Amino acid sequence: MDNPVFQRIKDDVTENDVVLFMKGTPVFPQCGFSAAVVQVMSHLGVKFKGINVLEDPGLRQGIKDYSSWPTIPQLYVKGEFVGGCDIIREMFESGELQELLQTKGVEVRADA
Amino acid sequence: MPETAPRAPGQPAGRAGRIERTLREALAPQRLEIADDSHRHAGHAGARPEGETHFRVTIVAERFEGLSRVERQRLVNGLLSAEFESGLHALQLSTRTPAEAGPA
Repeated sequence: MDNPVFQRIKDDVTENDVVLFMKGTPVFPQCGFSAAVVQVMSHLGVKFKGINVLEDPGLRQGIKDYSSWPTIPQLYVKGEFVGGCDIIREMFESGELQELLQTKGVEVRADA
Repeated sequence: MPETAPRAPGQPAGRAGRIERTLREALAPQRLEIADDSHRHAGHAGARPEGETHFRVTIVAERFEGLSRVERQRLVNGLLSAEFESGLHALQLSTRTPAEAGPA
């Protein structure tokens, strides 16, 4: 890991079950795509750590390099990259997201 | 905002045209739709006065068979890396196989 930002990202996605790298905060998302993922997670009642990449230019680029993924938001579950907004939305609609979270031992609201 | 230059029929201008050519060549898609949503994000961070920053692309291609959602999008993003490097800011993707998309 030559990029120092990578260690910070690795720590964040290892220490937290569900991490969303996003623009803005869960309460005040600053991008429609980030807001859409927050909405899905809230609907599922999933606790997650939101990390605002706009506060840190190094992280904003670093997370793209770490994940080999060119856009924000990015969702990690138990250290594993799950996808961006389109993928999260598709997986939520098909029920795959709920299944993935449960398989990984993340609590999902029963009626979601 | 300057008007975009007139273009020859059947030849989409600028980034949309490049995206279309790149994806057609690499994926031989059965269906390919490209929408420029940049105007909907005008003034928002990442938007540029000249536009061409936010695109929505729907692809139906055999090439996606056997690939996960993440692998499909990585494939498309990789094909379009030059566009991301030159100001493409957001790319909404729908990537399905003909079987998943159902009859056209």
